[in-house]
Amino acid sequence: MENILSYGFMQRALVAGLAVSVTCAILGLFLILRKDAMIGHGLAHVTFGGVALGLFLKVSPILAAMAVSVLAALGILKLKEKAGLYEDTALGIFSSVGMAVGIILVSMAGSFNVNLLSFLFGNILAIETFEVWLSLGLTAAVILTVSLCYHELVYLTFDPESAATAGIKVKRLEAVLAVLSAVTVVLGMKVVGILLVAALIVIPSAAGLMLAGSFRQAMVMSVFVAVISVFAGMLCAFYWDLPASGSIVILNFSIFLLLFSVRIIKTRVIRSPNADHILTEHEPGVNK
Amino acid sequence: METDKTQVRVENVAFSYRAIPVLIDISFLITRGDFLAVLGPNGSGKSTLVKIILGLLPAGEGNVTLFGENVRRFSQWSKIGYVPQRATQSGTLFPASVQEVVSMGVLSKKRFPKIFKYRDRKAIEIALERVDMSKFGKRRIGELSGGQQQRVFIARAIVNEPEILFLDEPTAGVDASTQQRFYEMLDMLNKEHDITIVMVTHDVGVVTKHVNKIACLNQRLVFHGTHDEFCSSHVVQEIVRGEHHLVCHRH
Ligand SMILES: Nc1ncnc2c1ncn2[C@@H]1O[C@H](COP(=O)(O)OP(=O)(O)OP(=O)(O)O)[C@@H](O)[C@H]1O
Ligand SMILES: [Mg+2]
Repeated sequence: MENILSYGFMQRALVAGLAVSVTCAILGLFLILRKDAMIGHGLAHVTFGGVALGLFLKVSPILAAMAVSVLAALGILKLKEKAGLYEDTALGIFSSVGMAVGIILVSMAGSFNVNLLSFLFGNILAIETFEVWLSLGLTAAVILTVSLCYHELVYLTFDPESAATAGIKVKRLEAVLAVLSAVTVVLGMKVVGILLVAALIVIPSAAGLMLAGSFRQAMVMSVFVAVISVFAGMLCAFYWDLPASGSIVILNFSIFLLLFSVRIIKTRVIRSPNADHILTEHEPGVNK
Repeated sequence: METDKTQVRVENVAFSYRAIPVLIDISFLITRGDFLAVLGPNGSGKSTLVKIILGLLPAGEGNVTLFGENVRRFSQWSKIGYVPQRATQSGTLFPASVQEVVSMGVLSKKRFPKIFKYRDRKAIEIALERVDMSKFGKRRIGELSGGQQQRVFIARAIVNEPEILFLDEPTAGVDASTQQRFYEMLDMLNKEHDITIVMVTHDVGVVTKHVNKIACLNQRLVFHGTHDEFCSSHVVQEIVRGEHHLVCHRH
């Protein structure tokens, strides 16, 4: 077996891919538990508008995407609050407008080309050194923010209604979460492309939820799933010349299916009639 | 009458959801050591009132003062414990363990960045002991029965040793014997630990055995007074007539 790590492009792709997918998995867990799973999908479409704006203005598409994505995430929050709309309605409005603006700008800039396709479908193997550093920096920022606000985020996710009675500044924290999601979506775009970024956010965390007994476990498992998928996805890309993005997502899904089956088997076995008493109310201290 | 034992002051509070009035001109005080039951039919605004007192909804008119501070500027959240109506909304999928749920209650007395210490883990253990749930610390919250979950939420609310505890229909869906033990636990918290308790409930019969103050809500505050005044009040007999058998003698 030739050592794939001896190739510079593989090193870059692996480092960036692992960092980004771990971030997506961590943030994804909060998002899907807030029933916000589709924010990844919606913001990704907005991000397309940002990329197009970057190409149109001839500035870095990633930075333009970042700016647009963050503004949109905050806008969605405001629209939801002020217009009394459901999250997914606000998301639907923003994502389609973002996509529409993107299409117009791209056509005006005459840049329907390979470059644009790599944003849509991802091209992690072609990631540049500066983008690796950018990914690492942003990943570090997201993970640091999540660790500093970890307990507040868990409470907000679990019970947004009463989080304020624990002294949590709910609105501020929601804005923080929106910005983190926006940044994460743009990072994910680099790995699997706009069309698949939602997968990196949703699937590993959904997989992590299958067997976890605590929030911490769920997070560890999601990260694990993400790491394995990216690693194996890169191998597929390297040895079989498959697209890395598609492989990563399919691998994520396969692991999800595996954990899902284990969960089904586990609940069948553990919740068999004789084991039922552990799930019902009984006087603590009394062993049946 | 306002004294230095006053913990909550509700003054002329009114509230409406999109122009539909829910609460009209509510004023009363909650004093240290009270065990107050808030009664009223469905939709009478009980939960809304509790949320306004806790600043979770903005009062349309009037003022709420918690420990002498306007609720909008209130910051000493560790003095307050709250068990919302239908506390579990996330269903069985949410991966929080019982310990993690109770640990959420500790947050209010911590500064940023919030890091748990040995002392906090101890407090979590003690709170779980008080509600007889120590054995379940590592279990996933969604896998517990409704009554057990309710106890965990009470543990979360008392983990900081709050001075006042707000409970919104805490015994809904809890079996009779567990309810009985639960009310005894509240009695203990109220009498031995001097925790003020405000409890929204539909359970007039049982409540009159344990509480010392009662508020009846139906958009307006129809009645507010002591247990004895409640039993002799015509207004009250009118409201609860036929619906409940009033138990107005204590053992
Ligand atoms: N989010 C909301 N939007 C609009 N109206 C609401 C909302 N929540 C409650 N209401 C209305 O406010 C009124 C009071 O509701 P509230 O939940 O305070 O009643 P409650 O006394 O707690 O009832 P229950 O005994 O059923 O818990 C009801 O008429 C209800 O229809
Ligand atoms: Mg209610």
